[in-house]
Amino acid sequence: MSEEGMRRVTAIQNGTVIDHVPAGSALKVLGMLGLLDSRSTPISLVMNVPSKKLDRKDVMKVEDRELTQEELDRLAIIAPNASVAIIRDYRVAEKREVVLGSELTNLARCSFSNCITTNPREPLPHRILVHSTNPLELRCAYCGKSQSVDDIVNHLI
Amino acid sequence: MSSLITVDDLTNEEILSILDDAERMLPIARGETHLPILAGKVLANLFFEPSTRTRMSFETAMKRLGGAVLNLGDVANSSVVKGETLYDTMQMMDGYADIAVIRHPRQGAARYSSNAVNIPVINAGDGAGHHPTQTLLDLFTIRTCHGTLEGLNVALVGDLRYGRTVHSLSEALARFGCSLTFISPSSLTMPEEIVTDLRSSGTSITETEDLHGSIEQLDVIYMTRIQKERFPDEDEYQKVAGVFKLNQSDLVSAKKNMIIMHPLPRVDEISPDVDSTVHAKYFEQAFYGVVARMSLLCRLLGVEVPEVVSE
Repeated sequence: MSEEGMRRVTAIQNGTVIDHVPAGSALKVLGMLGLLDSRSTPISLVMNVPSKKLDRKDVMKVEDRELTQEELDRLAIIAPNASVAIIRDYRVAEKREVVLGSELTNLARCSFSNCITTNPREPLPHRILVHSTNPLELRCAYCGKSQSVDDIVNHLI
Repeated sequence: MSSLITVDDLTNEEILSILDDAERMLPIARGETHLPILAGKVLANLFFEPSTRTRMSFETAMKRLGGAVLNLGDVANSSVVKGETLYDTMQMMDGYADIAVIRHPRQGAARYSSNAVNIPVINAGDGAGHHPTQTLLDLFTIRTCHGTLEGLNVALVGDLRYGRTVHSLSEALARFGCSLTFISPSSLTMPEEIVTDLRSSGTSITETEDLHGSIEQLDVIYMTRIQKERFPDEDEYQKVAGVFKLNQSDLVSAKKNMIIMHPLPRVDEISPDVDSTVHAKYFEQAFYGVVARMSLLCRLLGVEVPEVVSE
């Protein structure tokens, strides 16, 4: 994390630091990680801080929780350039990158009201395919309808 | 190819090979030759939405080749009304049949079904999604009439938003280098995903609301019905119902070999006076559904069609 970012938030003893999140996206990222409703995980956020790489960025620190690579990869559609550090005893124990795979499984429901997956009793996994990366285009694997990032965030499972 | 859900499941070579096999099977479809190469095989016909041509042509195709057909029957009398999921219904079919054909009001139902079972699944229409077997018979009709699928000028007319036949057909025609004209009311234009994909593949696309302006340049006019059942309310339907009508007098400037197609049923978008013209191919097109589906069934069941099909 940049010094600017560091100065604004307290160092954590153990947990995960997610840096280089596009400015204003921190809450979406927390939503993607299922942390918005968490009442037990301490989270520190800084938003819109200056960044050499992104001009402005958000940074977040999640205490006492090491996010898995699978969880981190969920962030790729919002923060493809995020850099992640796993912190143990105040030191960076591991650095990780988020990777956008070809499919997001059971992250979100399809937003299309007539998709077969809107029946909550249908048991197969919800699958969103990465149709293209530049520009990013996501589509439901079943009905083929395009899904915006906001659609994904609004239909998280 | 283990299932056919969209035309993307087929390569151009596979499409042409299916059409070649279909052509050789014409005498079987006419009942002139008996070739029971699918004897012992069972097809499950799962129509969760009304169908006449597609359901019956699959049944005819299977029976002409010696196979048997299970029909789901009226959905109102099936376990669906008891709340059975599509997944569970498909598990039963996996045990009862060698291949399943599904039509369902929900988009994505066919892909979902193919993910749920081991037997091949054929999409016979999923909501406003895709209808790839209609595309096979459409391509068969076009190739039979024009001798080629390459480089034709094709207009797709009517409900391009909800019309699943035109979704699948436009994708296939683009792959054979056809130029496409999409003619629809502004509220029923081709879905953005499809237009994006076609444009990115370099296909020439014109979008317009004018049916009559370009008739003399066209090789194929593909008419479709404005589908009342897909509209959320009657008022929206009435705004666009009957906006495109083709009469015999509209065809004066058409090329002699221009063909008019329609997936049927029609309402009033093609006047009956067009039926007697050389351009009208929609009834022939419906018959070709049998050979196209025969050929596809053989392909998916791993049964080779003999090089010579004779008495």
